[in-house]
Amino acid sequence: MRLINRQPDRAGRLILILLPFALLLLAYFTGSAARLTENPNDKLLPSAAQMMDAVERLAFTEDKRSGDYLFWQDTASSLKRLGLGLSIAALLGLALGIAAGTLPLFGAPLSPLLTVLSMIPPLAILPVLFIVFGLGELSKVMLIVIGIAPCIARDLEQRAREIPRELLIKAQTLGANTWTLILRVVLPQLMPRLLISLRLVLGSAWLFLIAAEAIASTDGLGYRIFLVRRYLAMDVILPYVVWITLLAWLMDLGLRQLTRLAFPWYEGAKA
Amino acid sequence: MRKPRLFALAAAGLAAVLSFNTSAAQKNSFDVCWTIYAGWMPWEYGAAKGIVDKWAKKYGIEIKVTQLNDYVESINQYTAGQFDGCTMTNMDALTIPAAGGVDSTALIIGDFSNGNDGVVVKGEGKTLADLKDMPINLVELSVSHYLLARALERADLSEKDVQVVNTSDADIAAAFNTAEVQAVTTWNPMLAEIKAKPGTSLVFDSSKVPGEIMDMMVVNTRTLEDNPALGKALTGAWFEIVALMHAGNAESAAALEHMAKASGTDLAGYQAQLAATRLFQSPADALSFVTSPKLPATMDKVANFSFRHGLLGEGAKDASAVGMSFAKDVVTGDKGNVKLRFDPTYVQLAADGKL
Repeated sequence: MRLINRQPDRAGRLILILLPFALLLLAYFTGSAARLTENPNDKLLPSAAQMMDAVERLAFTEDKRSGDYLFWQDTASSLKRLGLGLSIAALLGLALGIAAGTLPLFGAPLSPLLTVLSMIPPLAILPVLFIVFGLGELSKVMLIVIGIAPCIARDLEQRAREIPRELLIKAQTLGANTWTLILRVVLPQLMPRLLISLRLVLGSAWLFLIAAEAIASTDGLGYRIFLVRRYLAMDVILPYVVWITLLAWLMDLGLRQLTRLAFPWYEGAKA
Repeated sequence: MRKPRLFALAAAGLAAVLSFNTSAAQKNSFDVCWTIYAGWMPWEYGAAKGIVDKWAKKYGIEIKVTQLNDYVESINQYTAGQFDGCTMTNMDALTIPAAGGVDSTALIIGDFSNGNDGVVVKGEGKTLADLKDMPINLVELSVSHYLLARALERADLSEKDVQVVNTSDADIAAAFNTAEVQAVTTWNPMLAEIKAKPGTSLVFDSSKVPGEIMDMMVVNTRTLEDNPALGKALTGAWFEIVALMHAGNAESAAALEHMAKASGTDLAGYQAQLAATRLFQSPADALSFVTSPKLPATMDKVANFSFRHGLLGEGAKDASAVGMSFAKDVVTGDKGNVKLRFDPTYVQLAADGKL
């Protein structure tokens, strides 16, 4: 049979799904074992046991100095910043996207501005952001907002433009004014797209969160990673990376389920 | 069943690819790294002007001197085995390679910070006591953190009385301009920039704890044992460059100008940094520092600080977890786990004129 026509069966598919992960783990632990036989104190590729110890120490033991459970405290602070940043960016992106996409008078000045703004790498203008927003919580949330709101707005603007003209005309013949048109026709069409857009910018949002926490912070997942990097504590960094990946994946899954549940009629939700 | 065989083959192949080559042996080409700092600029000069090459050739080896941009990354690279030697401070040598099980030797203590690190508070006429309840921005777990701990000791305060905010060294000067930041602890050249702003007070600096923050060239002990030529060539080159810097003639002026430019400042700026750096000018000068009984006492303080902040690793039961050896067969900490060695052998050779 030609290769292109061969389908893995159910068991085969499962093996093929797990295989790359198994190979990655194998490669890691082979390297780790090799380095640890050479030098039992090696910090670069810690063993599973060393990582479990680090998790035990950070997540289930009170910190000697502050009495907090650092892992959960870091997670809570980071999720709070990320949640705030994503919510503000979503609202802002939605409002700007609708304004630019449905109202030509708003679109004319907004559209080119958003295009240019979305091209500015926020990390390149960090010192300016410090001066404007300070070094506290506000600047961390704002970095996420500035980083992703223009992208969401541009995406929603495009989707708003794709709404069939006939639909808008029909609504107007039925007596809809601009406000009801936006509220009853455009907004429902864009809501599922907003959720999809959020899923796509989730990766960037995490990137900006970690970057913000690396600059000036007293807690957070990114803070911890950059702090212990100072003494090469990969036994802490690797579990944190796994945890961040898991959280990001769960958030993506949550948004996908929400799209399915809230907007079952939206075909694009299958994406 | 074909799958398991395929899997075993893949596993074996991967294992072969991943077999690391970390064993040291007789070799004749070496890599050392350095990062920009007033006391390490001589390495740049020595590499650019062929002085390191000249000494390497004398001992029949090759030494490649590489500049890295990120200080912590340079130490991590050394610890991971990518470099045979690297410039770092005494505290970082203890907490990164030594605590990571990489047996390291402080080949040359080039200088100690004598004002190059400092604590600055916004506002005029401030004192150490004003630090109480203040947020202080600094690179956490670095020598700045150590300096702050020593400063707080002087003021009868503890770390609980202040709030330490981790801020990267690259951003600390910009951060000082924001309203939230009330005090910082940092090193030169950022310190000079921050100190120069109007309405600031330098409340503490490293000249109050002389000899505690050292800048060193650290090399892998096993590599050094197998290849004494590396130690001889590096030490020889170092003291030739330092002597040249202090010769006070046209050549030394040109050398200083070169180093100033390479560190991104002008001659006046570089000389101001050097003034706050107690650079050992002769092998004899360096030798008396490394053989003095004060050095083990200082490292004991550093080890205690490091242990209290969890820098000696999970296995550490107390500050003596990582053993250190000094001149005259003095050993502190765990004698079975000596990982940081202050070995004056090569500086002694230089002092005796035997290099």
